[in-house]
Amino acid sequence: MASRKRKQKRMLFKSLSNLYAVLVYGFLYAPIAVMMVFSFNDQKVNYYWNGFTLKWYVKLFTDSSIVEYLWNSLFIAGMATLGSVVIGTIGAVGLIRFEFRLKKLVNHSLYIPIVIPEIVLGLSLLLLFEVIRLPLGFTAIILSHITFCVPFVIIIMRGRLSGMDLSVEEASMDLGANRMVTFFRVTLPMLVPGIMSGAFMSFTLSIDDVIISNFVSGPYSTTFPVKILSLVKTGLSPEVNALTTIMIAVILLGLLINSTVQAFIRKRFLTHIKSYF
Amino acid sequence: MNPSESQGEKNTLAKTRNLKRNTLPALTMAGPVTFWMLVFVLLPLLYVVFISFMRRDAFGGIDYHVTLSNYVEILQPVYLKVIWKSIKLALLTTVICILIGYPLAYYIARKPSKLAAKLLMLVMIPFWTNTLVRLYSINLMGQPNGFLNQFLLRAGLISKPLDILYSDGIVVVGLLISMLPFAILPLYASIEKLDKSYLEASSDLGARPAITFLRVTIPLTLPGIVAAVMLVFIPSLGMYYVPEALGGGKVMLIGSLIRNQFLVTKNWPFGASLSILLLLITLIMLWLYTRIAKLDDMEVF
Repeated sequence: MASRKRKQKRMLFKSLSNLYAVLVYGFLYAPIAVMMVFSFNDQKVNYYWNGFTLKWYVKLFTDSSIVEYLWNSLFIAGMATLGSVVIGTIGAVGLIRFEFRLKKLVNHSLYIPIVIPEIVLGLSLLLLFEVIRLPLGFTAIILSHITFCVPFVIIIMRGRLSGMDLSVEEASMDLGANRMVTFFRVTLPMLVPGIMSGAFMSFTLSIDDVIISNFVSGPYSTTFPVKILSLVKTGLSPEVNALTTIMIAVILLGLLINSTVQAFIRKRFLTHIKSYF
Repeated sequence: MNPSESQGEKNTLAKTRNLKRNTLPALTMAGPVTFWMLVFVLLPLLYVVFISFMRRDAFGGIDYHVTLSNYVEILQPVYLKVIWKSIKLALLTTVICILIGYPLAYYIARKPSKLAAKLLMLVMIPFWTNTLVRLYSINLMGQPNGFLNQFLLRAGLISKPLDILYSDGIVVVGLLISMLPFAILPLYASIEKLDKSYLEASSDLGARPAITFLRVTIPLTLPGIVAAVMLVFIPSLGMYYVPEALGGGKVMLIGSLIRNQFLVTKNWPFGASLSILLLLITLIMLWLYTRIAKLDDMEVF
């Protein structure tokens, strides 16, 4: 009798916790769902449903300046990712291998962009560009994005490097390779997974950044999020909803392809290994 | 050739070899990141501290005269009110984030690892869509003739549209939507690491589930909780686009105040002193964090 009661209690607890999870996910996804639904809404001012249309998608591809800002953002994110991965990867190896006077200072300063409020980093970069007389715009945005991406790349790389067997590098140098060859032929290939996740992180941070870009973008060249910020106050046109819906679809497709490819590789790889035994 | 001379020659030879072997690679590898951190992070921050003690000149530039007037200006009731409100809303957001996030992180951590990875992915996906577009959706839903009010009116729950927008409450909702993933991830990381045998030991020793939770689970996952507090509180405090998108300029927070000093009214020294205040609050939080969780436990980030 008692055990049945306990079982019932457990079942109740389980369904309650499932309900809770559904509610929290619902809260996180409600704005996205609303945005997607309204991208098909046949009405300029999106207060209520007025009928299905695809005209915002058509408008997006025929006459819309919004897409241009998205290209800006993609370009900036690409350049910032490239820059921060190169500096971060080489820097992470350098900071572990070598001892020098400023090392401690650099190691501590890496945490600064991560922990200080974004707005402080944004305004300090604005002041820097003002002092060195670098005009605000694409270059300034890319330099700023590299600044907040590099620490993340280095921290990810460090995790990777600390789990690595360093004797391989020594073996390479004992066998006559110099540091450069060792770095490119031994260290770098081992770091590829870290580089990938560092690049992914940098790209995500860069493409979604509002605050720092807002400070250093200047009046003429601007990123997608900053443009949206200036439009939000006056009201977004539904083609922005259409564009964001497409972006989400692309992300989901990418995730799906990624997991399928990985599962495929794992399977192939396993059978490959098994064939040796 | 006398021995000391050859010794010296050897030394210089060793030095050049050493230079070639260590200094050059060190310079090429650690050089760029050192340069970057010094030029783009440390020097600009020092400059911010510097100009916070300067005066503004008539043209929105900086007049190089040492003064404390910017810090005295912060003490005016108008600004103190803004600062107090920012801290209050950021704290409220943080507390709600933990209260909502902890049970969900616990729920995910108790699932088999494959399902847990998928559930975590679901937490992250909204984070990849533009935050501002999501905020704008909330804005649309909350309009007086928007979806939410229409729904409530038709359901007969209210007789006239509610003022949902332009309030502190909706700003907190916006902050929650953009910050919740940052709370769930560290919480999940620490709950997942929790050794279940402690919980079993506690219940074997006669503790009821609630007691076990309060006396064992919470203390053991404290580093994750503190990390979540940091990751939510610090960005919420300096956030300005959430109040702008949802508060319509009626909800003034310290982030918007700083932004206006730099991008609108061009009073840089005053903006700098406000951001130094923001930094001080951040440093206090960090200090508390290192007191509670050890700093080398940075992996929760």
